[in-house]
Formats: sequence, C-alpha cells, structure tokens
Amino acid sequence: MSAKVQSIPGLGAPADTEWETVVGLEVHAELATETKLFSASPNRFGGEPNTHIDPVSLGLPGSLPVLNEKAVELAIRVGLALNCRIQPSVFARKNYFYPDMPKDFQISQYDQPINVDGWLELPSGKRIGIERAHLEEDTGKTIHIGGGGRIHEAGYSLVDYNRAGVPLIEIVGHPELRSATEARQYVAELRSILVAVKASDGKMEEGSLRVDCNVSVRPVGSDRLGTRCEIKNVNSLRSLGRAIEYESRRQIELLTGGQAIEQQTRHWNEDDGRTHALRSKEEDYDYRYFPEPDLLPLDPSLEWVEQIRQDLPSLPRDRRLRLAEVAPSTDADHIALAVERSMDELALSAIDRGGVPERVMTHIVHNLADGSGKLAAEALAELVEMEEAGELTATQAKKVLALLVESGGSPQEAAQELGFEAMETGELESMVDGLIAQHPDEWSRFCEGDNKLTGFFVGQVMKATQGRADGKAVTQVLQSRKG
Amino acid sequence: MGQQRITRAECAHVAALARLELTDEELDRFTGQLDELLDHVAEVEALDLGGLAPTMHALPIANLLRPDFRGEVLDRDEVLAQAPFAEGGQFRVPPVLGEAP
Repeated sequence: MSAKVQSIPGLGAPADTEWETVVGLEVHAELATETKLFSASPNRFGGEPNTHIDPVSLGLPGSLPVLNEKAVELAIRVGLALNCRIQPSVFARKNYFYPDMPKDFQISQYDQPINVDGWLELPSGKRIGIERAHLEEDTGKTIHIGGGGRIHEAGYSLVDYNRAGVPLIEIVGHPELRSATEARQYVAELRSILVAVKASDGKMEEGSLRVDCNVSVRPVGSDRLGTRCEIKNVNSLRSLGRAIEYESRRQIELLTGGQAIEQQTRHWNEDDGRTHALRSKEEDYDYRYFPEPDLLPLDPSLEWVEQIRQDLPSLPRDRRLRLAEVAPSTDADHIALAVERSMDELALSAIDRGGVPERVMTHIVHNLADGSGKLAAEALAELVEMEEAGELTATQAKKVLALLVESGGSPQEAAQELGFEAMETGELESMVDGLIAQHPDEWSRFCEGDNKLTGFFVGQVMKATQGRADGKAVTQVLQSRKG
Repeated sequence: MGQQRITRAECAHVAALARLELTDEELDRFTGQLDELLDHVAEVEALDLGGLAPTMHALPIANLLRPDFRGEVLDRDEVLAQAPFAEGGQFRVPPVLGEAP
C-alpha cells in the first residue's frame, strides 16, 4: 500500500468502524420566466421539438445575448430566501464540445456568482451552508437512436433546442448533510422555498429541478473528508435517498476491504438500484472559463434588492411555525404537508373564522390531497361547525367537502343537495322506537348491558336513513330509551 | 523574452481542447506567440494597482437588461433545412452517448 493510499481516511479500517456519510448537493432549478435567459423565445416545458428557438439559443453567428431582467429578479429572490449575500457578478464562458450547446460553450457564472454565503434550515433546525447560487443557461436535449446503446454500434443522436438557453439557478450546498434522510429533507425544503418565492415550479419529474449529489464516507469522529463520487441522474426524492444509501454502502465496502475510492462521476440506475461509473476525474473536462465579453457585469442596486426583499412572500419555515401556533395538537409532519401543498393559508383562514383546528387540519391533510378547488375558507369553517354540532356525520362531511371543492358554495346548500339534512330529533326517536319493537331480543340484550348491540341499532338506523343520521345522536336516543 | 511561460506540451493540450490539429511547425510558432502574450500579461500584473477597483468589463456600464417579453421564434423547417441532417423535427447528429461533460 502506498503512502498516498494510506492517507485516505478509513482505508483498511477495522471491521467494527462506525461510518458517517457526507453529502453535498448541487441543485439546478429552471427559473419560472416567460422567456429564455438571453433571448426572447419561450421558456416552456414540452412543445414540439425545436419550436422554441431563436438565433441566440441556436448560437447562430452574429447573435448576441441580452440578459433577462426577470431571471435576475428570481435569482435574487432565491438568494434572499437562502440568506445569501447578493453581490456584483459576471458571466463566463464554459467551453466544451457537445451538441446540446450549439455555440460550443455554456454561459454561466463562475468566479463571481450573484449569490454567495447563505444557509438553509432543515425542519430539525440544523443549518446547511449554501456556498453559492448562480445563474446559467440550460442546454438542449439529446436522445440517442439505435445502435443498442454501445459506442461501436453507431446509431445517431437527435437534438431538440427548446430547452437551450432556459434560465437556471444552480444552488451549491456545503457538504454538511450526514445521511440520505437529511439530503432528502434538504431538497424538499429547497423545493418548497423555490416554489414559495415563485422562482421555479420545482417539478423533479419534468426536470425543472435536478440534483447532483457528492457522496463520501469517513469514520465517525474524523474531521477530514473522504474521496467523493458525484452521482447524476437522480430524478426524484426517493431515488436521491436510494442512490445515497447505495453509494455510501459501496464506498464503505471498498474501504473496509482495503481498497481506495476513485474520484469519479457515477450514474444512478433506478432499475437496478445501483450507481455506475461514468467517467473518472482524470479525464474530466478542462472548461477553460473566461469572462463572457458579450455580456456586461451585473450589479443590482441596493434599492432593487431591498424592493425584492420586501416583496418576498412568507417562507415555508415561517408558515409552518404560524400554522403550528394555531393548530398546536397537529403533528409536525401534517403541518409540513399542509405547507408543502400550499394549503396553510386556507387552514389558517378557516381556523381564524372559528373552525376547530383539529377538524380543519384533518380535512386539509386527509381529504384535500388533490387540492382545494373552489372551496372557500368560510365554507370549510362552516362545514367543521356543522360537524361539531352533530348536523353531519364524518362520512357525510367528506362528501359535502368533495362537492364544495368541485363547485364551491356553502356547506348548508351542498348538504341539502346531497340530501344530508340533519334528522329532526323526533324523527330519529320514532325510528329508534320502531326498531326496538321489531327487535325485542336484541333490545333486551342491549338493556342487560351488551354494548355490542349499540352497533347493531346504529347500523339499522344508518341503513334506513342511508347514512343521514348522526351515530352519536342515535346512541343518545338508545340510552334514553333504556330508561 | 524572459523565462518560458508556456511549454510546447501545454500549447498542444490547449489546442487539443479546442479541437485544433496543429503541425509541429505550427505548434512551435504558436507556443512562441502565446509565450509573448503571457509576457505582456506579466508586465500588466507587475503594476501596482492596489488603489484601483478591478475592471469587470471594457465598457464602463453594467446591468443591461431586457424585459421578460416573448419575441419571434424561428421557423423550424427553415432552420432544419440549413442543417446537414434532420429527422422528425430534430437535428440529426453523429452518435453522442453518456452525459454532457
């Protein structure tokens, strides 16, 4: 074993070594502008190939880039939401030859990015440092056709430039995440923030949010970083967790087996649940960055930045705290879910109008997973009141809610439309009396204290009323008849 | 010319990155020329500019921005007609595998 190899933390470590996973993430998010970063063709997902193109995004000779003001504003919003310092910045050319970038370079920010030195707080309260969040342009999409996927079996590639030039913000976090769970929490929180400040739609499935993760391992207690591998092609939070878990296991096995980790880029394969080597760092590209002479420096004024700061909407963390304050008995996961689904405003408003927090949150979490549609906060509050007053059963309330989501209006009207008018107590009493007469045996067993029979009678009433009756009210009548 | 600032091998590496095929004679000539350029940069670097703010661009202006409004898009058929090969509304290129660098 050479001296160099021995310097890798953990190599040849005893079998009982406890390992720590170290993760640093680079997240690319497409910014929600109307047009591209440097030209006026549309920034829109999908569409027929090569229909969102212009001379700049095709890199035609003589075309010149002009920076999109909205993209800068969105980048500043992200910077502020991530507690970054907003600084003067410049664009650079990152040179490489690949058909996804027809001008043979990508315009990106390099040594002077717009946002630096921020942090993001995980739900646990742990803060993860953000090194930078810079602007760059997205590339086109290439797909390989034929040839069985091996290089010697030729085939060819097709290129669609609709995505070329779409504005991206690349958010580079410090390697301060210590598990797959923390990494998932980080991305989930970052996505919520991006959506909350309306900088991006955050859709991983459409590729508007993409994550590259750097994973290394080291013995617990070591303060040095191990050799890392970068994992690409992680397209969901679930894959992110699986990829990190697989990769850290792979590295631990190599190290405990006395082997070294090779610094390389690896590709996550969702189907076999493994990461595969793409290329090693030695053959990594030399991008020869230099300042982009066709673009002027960016130096947003203090007034502009302040204006953006003032207009910044409330962030997920603050929204969770606010909701938890008015619904203290709801568990943290449900609070987080409500905020993630942007249902917290509705919940707060319904609770503010007198809706019992527990019932409001139950509907928000369990019955409104597909969105609130035309449901007004006032209506949700009234619905909850009707349930509280025993005018609607839980099953009925759910049906009323579904109707309110679909067509709006008040829960009273919706209940009427569904035939859920609360039964008069007199009507219920005479129905119970009828049942007692029809089922004397059951009744006498009930009177002798066999409480299982409560269910029988309630069930009969429900059957007769097609679920219109309130179970609690039926039980009360039964008890009163028992004498 | 003072000490050599760029080697012939470095020049060849840079040429390869730029996909330039140079003859031995060209490689000698360009190594010399790049060396002279770097000499000039070294002269500028030697100046005491401690009291000056760095120049970010040759033009003394910043923040040239355009509003986020849609403009014209190019006609796809017209564009693809100028490409060497096209298929199904896309540019057809020699096989590229794996991911972009």
